[in-house]
Amino acid sequence: MKLTSLLATAALGLGLATAAVAEDKTKVGFVYVGPVGDGGWTYEHNKGRLAVEKEFGDKVETVFVENVAEGPDSERVMTQMALDGADLIFTTSFGYMDPTINVAKKFPNVKFEHATGYKQADNVSVYSARFYEGRAVQGTIAGRMTKSNIVGYIGSFPIPEVVRGINSAYIHAKKVNPDVQFKIIWAFTWFDPAKEADAAKVLIEQGADVILQHTDSTAPQAAAQAAGNVITFGQASDMSEYGPMPRVSSIIDDWAPYYIARTAAVMDGSWTSTSTWDGIGAGMVGIGEISDAVPADVKKEALALKAALADGSYHAFTGPITKQDGSAWLGDGETADDGTLAGMNFYVEGIEGDIPQ
Amino acid sequence: MDLSAINPVLLIASLMVAATPILLAAIGELVVEKAGVLNLGVEGMMIVGAISGFAISVETGSPWLGFLAAAIGGAVLSLLFVLLTQVALANQVASGLALTLFGLGFSSLMGQGYVGVKPPQMDKLNIPVLTDLPVIGPILFGHDPVLYLGIALTAAVWAMLKYTRMGLVLRAVGENHDAAHALGYKVVRIRIMAIMFGGACAGLGGAYISLIRVPQWTEGMTAGVGWIALALVVFASWKPWRALLGAYLFGGVTVVQLNLQAAGVAIPVEYLAMSPYLITILVLVILSADKSRAPASLGRIFHATH
Repeated sequence: MKLTSLLATAALGLGLATAAVAEDKTKVGFVYVGPVGDGGWTYEHNKGRLAVEKEFGDKVETVFVENVAEGPDSERVMTQMALDGADLIFTTSFGYMDPTINVAKKFPNVKFEHATGYKQADNVSVYSARFYEGRAVQGTIAGRMTKSNIVGYIGSFPIPEVVRGINSAYIHAKKVNPDVQFKIIWAFTWFDPAKEADAAKVLIEQGADVILQHTDSTAPQAAAQAAGNVITFGQASDMSEYGPMPRVSSIIDDWAPYYIARTAAVMDGSWTSTSTWDGIGAGMVGIGEISDAVPADVKKEALALKAALADGSYHAFTGPITKQDGSAWLGDGETADDGTLAGMNFYVEGIEGDIPQ
Repeated sequence: MDLSAINPVLLIASLMVAATPILLAAIGELVVEKAGVLNLGVEGMMIVGAISGFAISVETGSPWLGFLAAAIGGAVLSLLFVLLTQVALANQVASGLALTLFGLGFSSLMGQGYVGVKPPQMDKLNIPVLTDLPVIGPILFGHDPVLYLGIALTAAVWAMLKYTRMGLVLRAVGENHDAAHALGYKVVRIRIMAIMFGGACAGLGGAYISLIRVPQWTEGMTAGVGWIALALVVFASWKPWRALLGAYLFGGVTVVQLNLQAAGVAIPVEYLAMSPYLITILVLVILSADKSRAPASLGRIFHATH
């Protein structure tokens, strides 16, 4: 009896000791959809991870797994991270949405943060950036710069985030150039340089002289460069190595402040499940340096739009806007609500083709 | 819908480019499998070739030296597979998978300093008169030399397997390594040469992606082409010309579907996206109705005393 209780106390003490050691360092996990060297989406998330390490030094330990396929396999990766003692896990692609929710149910004490999704739980926050604000700036430059009036757009997957980007770019291109036409290719991948390059080449062969991409690699930039008189925009990261031509500007995702804030919240115990959706104003979306290939007046116009989006005086989806099928969406001066934007699954009037369902 | 936006000449020209990496890797793997070895490391050897070729051509300024380095890089990596399967007699499937994983990781290590760098361009073939011909000029005479190398290699491998003593010995080793050994052929030595040839071809295919098709270095940029090449060898019933047909079909349908999408054809995109796989498999399965079968010793471990 005495021996048993002694052993039990010892075991308890040991358990507490290990728990105390584990609490010393906050372990933060990151699940990436591409390689950290993709030069785009995953590259920027990894920069955020490095910023967390720099901010907290010894108090934090970060781990990451790259090239994790969306879907069931990601569940395995997240489970492993949680089992290895992660306190906070960032899952950084839309396709991790359901896996994140599933794994979060099994580990109620681990905090999860899912990027670009819309399913929240007690221990799952969602966060995203209003990339469509950056798309509005791109659309303006694209509409002004195109000579063939054909803008090529490489979409990844037909999800609301991508559709929003297409609509926002189209609305603002159309505003400055009524003759503009969008040619859209769905690549059905986030990262496949050869396929992205092929898509860019096809769009260029079919007359596009502006290429917008919603895929993660720099391959379309290289294809545009080889073709000559085609302009592109950096996606997710600055991609400045392709400036001043073909890359004339970019949308930069800056996750570092958010990642640091959320890690701090886990450390001091103030973490709660939240939904964050920040744009240019909050600094989560940055507009990369507009290069000299863009005429001064166009640059000025783009920067003015950026300023208006940043201070909130202008919303990228301001009516009147009609849906592709001709039904009214936003009345004159009306702005889109976040709920509609988050689930956007329709094109606006003027875009040709259907969204794959 | 605006089909007139699709230029058939440019289409055929670009499908040939899209098909070449698959073709190069598939031809190499075909020889390896004909010798009775199953090397699942094609993807790994391709990506190592891609970065070796990229790095060397950036450093030297010569795409030719780059392709040479890519072939050497792929062949050197395949030596690891040789060590595991021909010397240590390890399981070929596991070793091949390990080779792919190793190659992917090793290539991103090698490529650290090369992200965002632009490689020197390889000049396209320019034959006066011929290249300027309408339609056939851009299709037949307007490509980079490596694309022709791919076709030449297919022809050479076909002729080698069919008409030469070397081809006969290679096939004998692949069909029945014990009998070949009894006849006095050096089974292991022949297999090592075949594996290295396969590695060199995969390396060339990888470099074709990083130097010509994309052209840039990005981690993981082969994105599964090696696996497609592997599947192609099986569906092509281990016949070089069918591998060429398969590669062109796959590359072709890939490019055509992108073109159709851009032109706004009213076919659901999902069907277009799966069409390259579907059509290639369908055609090659129909072709393989002639009961061609795999080399009998494929994947089996050979040891002279067993």
